[in-house]
Amino acid sequence: MTHQGIQQFVLPDVGEGLTEAEILTWHVQPGDQVDVNQVICEIETAKAVVELPSPFAGRVEALLVEAGETVPVGTPIIAVDTGGAAGEPRPEPAPAAAPAEPPAEEKREPVLVGYGVKSGATKRRARRRTPSAVPAQTVGQRTVVLAKPPVRKLAKDLGVDLRTVVPSGPNGVITRDDVRRHAEQNQPQPSAPRVPEPAAPAPAASPAPERDVREERIPVKGVLKHMAAAMVDSAFTAPHVTEFLQVDVTKTVKVVQKLRQRPEFADVKVSPLLLVARALLIAVRRHPRINASWDEANQEVVVKHYVNLGIAAATDRGLVVPNIKDADRLPLPDLARALTDLTEKARAGQTAPADLTGGTITITNIGVFGIDGGTPILNRGEAAILALGQIRDMPWVHKGKIKIRKVTTLSLSFDHRLVDGELGSKVLRDVATILEDPEEMVLAWG
Amino acid sequence: MSDSTVREEPELIQLLTPDGEYVPHPDYPFEPATAQVRDLYRDLVLVRRLDAEAVALQRQGELGLWASLLGQEAAQIGSARALEPQDMAFPSYREHGVAWCRGVRPRDLLAMFRGVTNGGWDPYEHNFHLYTIVIGSQTLHATGYAMGVQRDGALGEDGTAVITYFGDGATSQGDTNEAFNYAAVNNAPVVFFCQNNQWAISEPNDRQSKAPIYQRAAGFGFPGIRVDGNDVFACLAVTRKALQHAREGQGPTLIEAFTYRMGAHTTSDDPTRYRTSAEIEEWRRKDPIARLRAYLVREGKADDGFFDAVEAEAEKLGEQVRAECRALPDPAPLDIFREVYAEPHRELDRQRAEFADYLASFEGAEGAAR
Repeated sequence: MTHQGIQQFVLPDVGEGLTEAEILTWHVQPGDQVDVNQVICEIETAKAVVELPSPFAGRVEALLVEAGETVPVGTPIIAVDTGGAAGEPRPEPAPAAAPAEPPAEEKREPVLVGYGVKSGATKRRARRRTPSAVPAQTVGQRTVVLAKPPVRKLAKDLGVDLRTVVPSGPNGVITRDDVRRHAEQNQPQPSAPRVPEPAAPAPAASPAPERDVREERIPVKGVLKHMAAAMVDSAFTAPHVTEFLQVDVTKTVKVVQKLRQRPEFADVKVSPLLLVARALLIAVRRHPRINASWDEANQEVVVKHYVNLGIAAATDRGLVVPNIKDADRLPLPDLARALTDLTEKARAGQTAPADLTGGTITITNIGVFGIDGGTPILNRGEAAILALGQIRDMPWVHKGKIKIRKVTTLSLSFDHRLVDGELGSKVLRDVATILEDPEEMVLAWG
Repeated sequence: MSDSTVREEPELIQLLTPDGEYVPHPDYPFEPATAQVRDLYRDLVLVRRLDAEAVALQRQGELGLWASLLGQEAAQIGSARALEPQDMAFPSYREHGVAWCRGVRPRDLLAMFRGVTNGGWDPYEHNFHLYTIVIGSQTLHATGYAMGVQRDGALGEDGTAVITYFGDGATSQGDTNEAFNYAAVNNAPVVFFCQNNQWAISEPNDRQSKAPIYQRAAGFGFPGIRVDGNDVFACLAVTRKALQHAREGQGPTLIEAFTYRMGAHTTSDDPTRYRTSAEIEEWRRKDPIARLRAYLVREGKADDGFFDAVEAEAEKLGEQVRAECRALPDPAPLDIFREVYAEPHRELDRQRAEFADYLASFEGAEGAAR
């Protein structure tokens, strides 16, 4: 590892069992002098964003990983010329922590506790006794396959029949590597779920993607990955029904303006969304079964006697749906404050993980994009989602005459497994009635 | 969000204000002799430096984990400097400052977090028990030990007192509440020293406990006191009095040191996800070292020469800790068979032989496993 005083710093596992990290930013450049413990870069792991301090003093020779790249633990990320004597003399045996030069395939497998398992650990040296090269199925009459649950999962994912795998672990246990090896060796066979290559000339089937400027490939990770999984899960599990209703919200708009003048709301944002939220909370109180979830395992409908009100928020990183805990118990000024906090935090990317779980019903404000209505997909595990459209001046029949009124569209999607058309319609109609005449709200809240 | 319950902010014992002004307290006599105060300052600075080095070593892959004490130095140094040599301390896993005062070598602390030892020091050599990772269980160990002291008749003016350290999160554990109760009914000579650093990992204190922690003692039938945990004078004076109380057979005391964890829960945690920078800034103004330094300057008890010398000593300590940590040897694979049971037995021998065989089955492994 040391070439004339050049030392490499390998990416450590900074969080008990992490396997990789993304280099966010470099704080040093080649040619810079660094001191021991000087912060050289920021990395983001599955758990946290942390700063890495340099273990060496010297001159930065090269940055071995670019900012934005995700690399496995054990990858050299920076080379520092410690100038021989000037550098930190590294005592030879420090094998417990980051190994100076990990084998290419070495990586740690995440475990529940501890620092993870180096899968390469038992591959360091060859065993003298070769394992019995016999698949498990030939042992005895019945098929006995020995494999740990994660290995079984891997085999399932790769479409590998464990009975055909040659075990290499002690006492004939099939390891992760056995499964992978088997999968690789049997790759072309259609037993693995793969799309067969077209036999005909494959026109631009997979040209080197980075060279094609007409397409861009965005890795699916982080918020995007989460959104995709949540949407697929929700859309293909819950049968969605969406209903629409146009509402005259002129009075609501006036109430919003009045509230803004009041001292209780001096330091918070008051918008029609606040009153829509309150209207929905009232509707939930009248129709508790809209605030429910489907428990497939127990074949039960779980009616929640609390409302954790989700608000879909568009952020730089993508869609997040933080929720306001026990929103049904908040006085209006507190609800306004909670809404303001929640959106600010979401925009700043500071939403606490706890705020993203446990939602019971959701509002999405598509009006901010200048849209009237849509068919929102339910937030996973919830029975209803209300979309608020833009509020605009429309000709409207008011007291028998055509007037210019403030009108919006409400769209309510619900899970038809547990919410029937009657219940969904009543909820939507209730929200609309309250917004048409917000005095209802005052009376309803009591 | 509104909460109808009014939570009274209780009285906090404080002898040294955040501005470094010494304010005597009638119930907690304390003579800030120059030499002693300078020693306390040195302790605080060195322990902070040791902690910072350990965090850096973790980030460089030399330690598996580290639980930083940043911000809690005064609570630990103040209380630990109140201990007599014969007193026994039962720490949790963040008590590096207490370990320091009890003479545990830094490299022995680091060895545990590097994963090369399961313990690290002889508890009886320092009268400092091993770190306890299970939350709150050391309060029961301490209570049991204190009941033993009582049964040995080792109480009296020069008797033995026991102290146990835990965090605000541990007060939600059954163990801690059982320990409170046992200590109370047995009048055990134990001081429960709770460092309320406001956060049990990501759970704020007000979501763990409806009443202030120190008030809980009253329900169990012994006194509870809240002390400014960032005030090394107050921590020392209050703990000394509580230890003396215990030593003389008057039973347990709960001390709630009101402090703040300035860093992450451990190196695996990212506190920016659950708390605001405004809160950290507020506590930064109450920094335990800054206020003691302000006191020393204000009273003319130390000059730049002294501060520079402490700083240089801290740097040296950092380098020493780094070098010692990297030089820590890995344990031999078969060591574990010697360290679990006090005496060998046949099943253990069989397991050792089997594991030795396994190690020897690798090519080029001749004798490598011994």
